[in-house]
Amino acid sequence: MTRPRPRPRTPESESETRNPTGGGATAMRLIVPLQGVVQGRGGLILGSLIPCALFYFFQLYLKRHRSPKPGSNPTSPSQSSSNLPDLQRSSSRSNLSSRGSIGPVQVSSRASSIARPNDSPYYIGLDRVSEDPYHRLDNPNGIIQLGLSENRLCFDLIEKWLSENTKDSVMGRDGGDLSISGIAPYQPSDGLVEFKVAMADFMSQVMGRAVSFDPSQMVLTAGATPALEILCFCLADPGNAFLVPTPYYPGFDRDMKWRTGVELIPVHCRSTDNFIISITALDQAFNQTRKRGIKVRGILISNPSNPVGNLLPRETLYNLLDFAREKNIHIVSDEIFAGSMYGSEEFVSMAEILDMEDIDKNRIHIVYGLSKDLALPGFRVGVIYSFNESVLVAAKKLTRFSSISAPTQRLLISMVSDTRFIQEYIETNKKRIREMHDLFVEGLKQLGIKCAQSCAGLYCWADMSGLISSYSEKGELELWDKLLNIAKINVTPGSACHCIEPGWFRCCFTTLSQEDVVIVIERIRKVAETCKILS
Amino acid sequence: MTRTRLFRSRSFEEKEEEEEQQQHYSKHNITTSTGMRVIVPLQGVVQGRGGLFLGSVIPCALFYFFQLYLKRHRSEPKSPPPQPPPENSEGQLAEVSVSVLPRSLSRVHISPRSPGGPAYVSGRANSIVKGGDSPHDVGLRKALEDPYHQSGNPDGVIQLGLAENKLSLDLVGEWLAKNAIFGEELSIGGIASYQPFDGLMELKVAVAGFMSQVMKKSVFFNPSQIILTAGANPAIEMLSFCLADTGNAFLVPTPYYPCSDRDVKWRTGVEIIPVPCRSADNFRLSITALDRAFNQAKKRGTKVRGIIISNPSNPVGSLLDRETLYSLLDFAREKNIHIVSNELFAGSTHGNEEFVSMAEIIDLEDLDRNRVHIVYGLSKDLSLPGFRVGIIYSFNDNVLAAAKKLTRFSSISALSQRLLVFMLSDSNFIQQFIEINRERLRRMYIKFVAGLKQLGIECIKSHGGFYCWADMRGYIPSYSEKGELELWDKLLNIAKVNVTPGSCCHCIEPGWFRFCFTTLTEKDIPVVMDRIRKITETCKSHS
Repeated sequence: MTRPRPRPRTPESESETRNPTGGGATAMRLIVPLQGVVQGRGGLILGSLIPCALFYFFQLYLKRHRSPKPGSNPTSPSQSSSNLPDLQRSSSRSNLSSRGSIGPVQVSSRASSIARPNDSPYYIGLDRVSEDPYHRLDNPNGIIQLGLSENRLCFDLIEKWLSENTKDSVMGRDGGDLSISGIAPYQPSDGLVEFKVAMADFMSQVMGRAVSFDPSQMVLTAGATPALEILCFCLADPGNAFLVPTPYYPGFDRDMKWRTGVELIPVHCRSTDNFIISITALDQAFNQTRKRGIKVRGILISNPSNPVGNLLPRETLYNLLDFAREKNIHIVSDEIFAGSMYGSEEFVSMAEILDMEDIDKNRIHIVYGLSKDLALPGFRVGVIYSFNESVLVAAKKLTRFSSISAPTQRLLISMVSDTRFIQEYIETNKKRIREMHDLFVEGLKQLGIKCAQSCAGLYCWADMSGLISSYSEKGELELWDKLLNIAKINVTPGSACHCIEPGWFRCCFTTLSQEDVVIVIERIRKVAETCKILS
Repeated sequence: MTRTRLFRSRSFEEKEEEEEQQQHYSKHNITTSTGMRVIVPLQGVVQGRGGLFLGSVIPCALFYFFQLYLKRHRSEPKSPPPQPPPENSEGQLAEVSVSVLPRSLSRVHISPRSPGGPAYVSGRANSIVKGGDSPHDVGLRKALEDPYHQSGNPDGVIQLGLAENKLSLDLVGEWLAKNAIFGEELSIGGIASYQPFDGLMELKVAVAGFMSQVMKKSVFFNPSQIILTAGANPAIEMLSFCLADTGNAFLVPTPYYPCSDRDVKWRTGVEIIPVPCRSADNFRLSITALDRAFNQAKKRGTKVRGIIISNPSNPVGSLLDRETLYSLLDFAREKNIHIVSNELFAGSTHGNEEFVSMAEIIDLEDLDRNRVHIVYGLSKDLSLPGFRVGIIYSFNDNVLAAAKKLTRFSSISALSQRLLVFMLSDSNFIQQFIEINRERLRRMYIKFVAGLKQLGIECIKSHGGFYCWADMRGYIPSYSEKGELELWDKLLNIAKVNVTPGSCCHCIEPGWFRFCFTTLTEKDIPVVMDRIRKITETCKSHS
């Protein structure tokens, strides 16, 4: 409309100068939107709309091409190579569908990151042992397992009880007809009430009757691992974080992070404090995390500590509670080793603190299980004990994904309620762990290896920093590799537990017999001597 | 530059109109430009001098911050509870904790910055806590609180809402009582210590044998492709975790099993896109509908990762024929998506039609198999839901590897596994069990459907499962979900019969109900029919 019409041709000279502009204008008219940007007429709208659109499509493009990246594995060669033989054999039918896409079907990015082979020495060691396990007679050159915290010291007691009582407890004393309805049909997924009652009593017995537990605050799961995961699902959203004092149990990384999308923030403890958590360090980590824009939802502690084996003193528990209250965050206390004590120190459960003081309890959640204290990891029994109504309701519903088989529950009800047996078991178990601990630690001491002060758990936390070639994670892993491949002993290196000081190792001694201890010490000696010569 | 030249060229124009316009324009332009010069950056945008650069940078920046703003504020609503202050985040919890808080001791006051509010629970936990009560749950709870018993509680609620088979429990009970497998045969090392999380190899072998026996030996199952989980629910959830990421979706033909929503969606963040099937097609799955749903989802920007089917179908009880399975596979291949086939009821068929497993199709043709995953379990076909044994049978190595690791969260007690190894290895017993169970199922089905027919209620012809899918469209006060739920309410509270309304199964047509008849004895059937009759009579007289 307003634009010049290329009419005025009269002055020849003019037409020449004019033509380019006129031609330019008409050309511009074709590319209407760009004109606005370049010429500025109507520029406010077009000049902002167009780049916005460009920017938007650019973002779209980026988004499309970015998302597959983290999980690029599904299409990566490693997988497609395994599928290739399948693909080539595809028969006529697949050719029928004309648009048949040939690429392998995608797996979710979380699955491909989970499916990736283990790189943690903790899991590599466990895998190696399962391939070549030591046996005194059959495989004397096999690898001795000191990496799995399992207790085999009291199998004889359990075996005896099982052989006497199994049938009656699963099927009932009066034969099968009636009691089949107690095990075969659907049962509450969060555990039988009878079992909860029995467990509550067992827990309080294990903790020296210092606390009583309320069965209605209990949710039973298929192992302590899902108990932790369910709590993590309930307390934090994807992108949130938990503070975890290090060194911590290597499995936490899987339990708390894999499916939940939650992060773990290590809070470093040092050997000078005997690896007891300090509130200052917690506070620092909390503030740093907040600065990064990540919400901290809670603290995850293990008490007795795994891998160190020490206990949290009463005062520390109070301080933790105060800290949690101040920051308004949760505390998850993993007390799975509560009954595996061998020291003289007294174990204080978080539940005991709460029982005595009338503080806001709904931020406290305790995880327990029968894998360690009753040495029954194969039975898969975990416990969530929470004071938070919402968490209990949600966890109860989530147990549909992780409930305990009913016959196992029936059997355990009678085992755990057999107070005389349990009493005898707990005492014998403590005694045997203590003997084993003393023997093992003494053996290490003779090699010049000292252990951190500990009084609970199935392991000791040994300081081998004198044997490592360089004071770094690399040096530590070199020693670990030597122990695994030369001495044929699988221990857990401190770096797998996120320990900040190199040279610490977790050695579980409860899968051994006393004769084995001698062999283990002998094997370590060989490596220790070569290391000393080198250094 | 260009502009001045333009002006000049125009000044040669003779037309008044043009000039007027021009002057007006230029005047306007000059005044605005001086005003604008103050706000330097905007000038570029308006006037176009250097406009290309600033005119793109500024809106881009604006747009970017706008997006940032949106992003921050968008992620919250999905999980509202974490941020907003306690009163809204905690719901019932606030009430509970409030009663705790006032009692707090001196210690609380020591820490000065104590916020006092209850600790936050995660958004997903809150949505699980709150969104719990579908009619399906309400009915189940009612039946649990006040269960019918012939002599003990004759006015109690009769349970027709739980897919559980009690017809052949006596056989299992007898076997357990007869076979003293406890004691010496169980070695302590084999049950007490850590076992592979994904199940004992012995049980995998036994289960593979059982599956192929149940499917009449038409398929062979490879034990190394089996992952055992603590029930079929975690098996489905695990597959959902492995096949889809948060925000992705599965296509699921409706009506579907009411708990699929929980298993597929709750913790995984995956969506379900219902693909409606209609009574006019006998609720048969059509590829056209699948295709439409797929394209719609794609338009919405949602990535579809797979199809979840149940075969035999729960709740309808129909079987997918060979041709449909082939078309499904073709469809999946064309779209490059997965197929999860839930074959939980494979051994509980009672009709004459032959059940075809997805594994059989894959076995016969050499198709690219790694998109097919089968879910099975012992809850239905061996009527042992209490034992919690679920099975993932997959042809995809990546899925198997990931699922194997994820079983740490859902493994079966070794004791129960050993027990099942013994039971499943007794092939005589198993053969007998399968046959007797089928026979009892068939009798029950025929009787129950006949009973409903006498009341004038027709069922879709079914060939498998513990239930029938009944058409009660004639008895609902209004042809809508509301009408359906009114009838359901009457059945539950007046007739004291708990059934599953179609809307819980996401059925698109109101008036359909699922009746599970395998928790009943034959004597109970007349009682159930009498109770239903009471309601249907009043409903008819109304309409």
